[in-house]
Amino acid sequence: MGKITFTMAKRILKSLASGPATLRYPHEPAKRYDASRGHIEIKIEDCIFCGLCSKNCPADAIEVSKDDRTWEIDRFRCIICNSCVEACPKDCLSTSNVYLEPVFSGPLKDKTIGTEPEPETKEE
Amino acid sequence: MASRRTVVPFGPQHPVLPEPIHLDLVIEDEKVIEAIPSIGYVHRGLEKLVETKDYKNYVYIAERICGICSFIHSLGYCQGIENIMDIEVPERAHYLRTIWSEYSRMHSHLLWMGLFADAMGFENLFMNCWRVREQVLDVMEETTGGRVIQGSCKVGGVRKDISAAKLKEISAGLDKTKAEVEEINHVFFDDSTVIHRTRGIGYLSKDDAYKFGAVGPTGRGCGVAIDARETGYAVYPELDFKPVVETAGDCYSRCMVRAKEVIQSADLIQQAIEKIPDGDIEVKVKGNPDGEYFSRVEQPRGECIHYLKGNGKRFLVRERVRTPTLTNIPPLVKMLAGCEMADVPVIVLTIDPCIGCAER
Repeated sequence: MGKITFTMAKRILKSLASGPATLRYPHEPAKRYDASRGHIEIKIEDCIFCGLCSKNCPADAIEVSKDDRTWEIDRFRCIICNSCVEACPKDCLSTSNVYLEPVFSGPLKDKTIGTEPEPETKEE
Repeated sequence: MASRRTVVPFGPQHPVLPEPIHLDLVIEDEKVIEAIPSIGYVHRGLEKLVETKDYKNYVYIAERICGICSFIHSLGYCQGIENIMDIEVPERAHYLRTIWSEYSRMHSHLLWMGLFADAMGFENLFMNCWRVREQVLDVMEETTGGRVIQGSCKVGGVRKDISAAKLKEISAGLDKTKAEVEEINHVFFDDSTVIHRTRGIGYLSKDDAYKFGAVGPTGRGCGVAIDARETGYAVYPELDFKPVVETAGDCYSRCMVRAKEVIQSADLIQQAIEKIPDGDIEVKVKGNPDGEYFSRVEQPRGECIHYLKGNGKRFLVRERVRTPTLTNIPPLVKMLAGCEMADVPVIVLTIDPCIGCAER
């Protein structure tokens, strides 16, 4: 028993000296790394609306309309698996390492509308 | 006088239960005569999705079968597809898969040790276990991008590589983690509170464990040396590995198996880091799977089987997962018969139930 009391006592002293092991979120920002998968972002100007991201989404969270030139993601359905980012032929999708803020109610859909293409540039 | 029996419903929602399992406890005074389990509260129909999702994308769903042994589920699934399609996975990918598998085991066992301490009312120990677990999760997030859902395993290899410098850092970090786990293990092994609540409780004999199909630490705590890692998947044959076996068959020995396995996992990761070769991490996969395969992997909770069947199309015909929790329920029922009512939470926890995984 003596040994155990000593083990725990050492830990108590260490904890007293080092302070809490937890972060005071949201006063302090949450830990994140370069590789962390926070949320999906799109550079709409590069998008060709091919719909490969939507086809490869295991959660059916992405809707792409070529006619309306829109790209829409349902943040509640998205499981941030990176599948769309890997499938994108133009590399316009990316995973940001910033986690989205919590919300009180859904649905949370982000619709991005693409710009009209310039016909001359396209033909070249 | 004839004894009076009462049926006490336990779960699926109960303060000490981390998972929704329901047990009807037939009790006589304070003694449990019989426990009748029922499951089916968190069925999600994930196996059915295999018919509508591309086999390469289904790995994301396979990984989400469980929130704790997620990486090992994806490994089991990928391994099955690779065997059906005869894909030769690069050696480095195998090593990386082993490293992440063992990290999963470490975090799962540390989580369990915390929950177990909490079930006994030892909250200080609970928080200490989870503090150490955080170090493991940080490495996971840094190397794969996800804390518990790593998403780094794919058919034909792995998605992410770990640089040599990072591997060195991980290995050094494991020494620190191991020292802290040893400190915690000391308390689990020698503390009188833990011993009082666990030693001699929930006894299961070696024969019964084998007969009722106990797997993983539940079986190994009874002296049944069954470990799917010995079947030689990933790079386990190249590592110095021997399953941890305890023979007492009570809650204490099951706890000891898990506590020792955390240290063993850290050792296996360090061995793998020493031996890891350079090279590619994935191969290109062409075509669709045609055939069937039983893929066996050792999860923190025991042996898990993925049965896969394809017919040469993009979508598989059938996937069937047999998770360790399901096989550990009959031994649990056996253990509960004859115990004290107050020991039920502790005994239920020693099989490390994961009902989300068992019902999918």
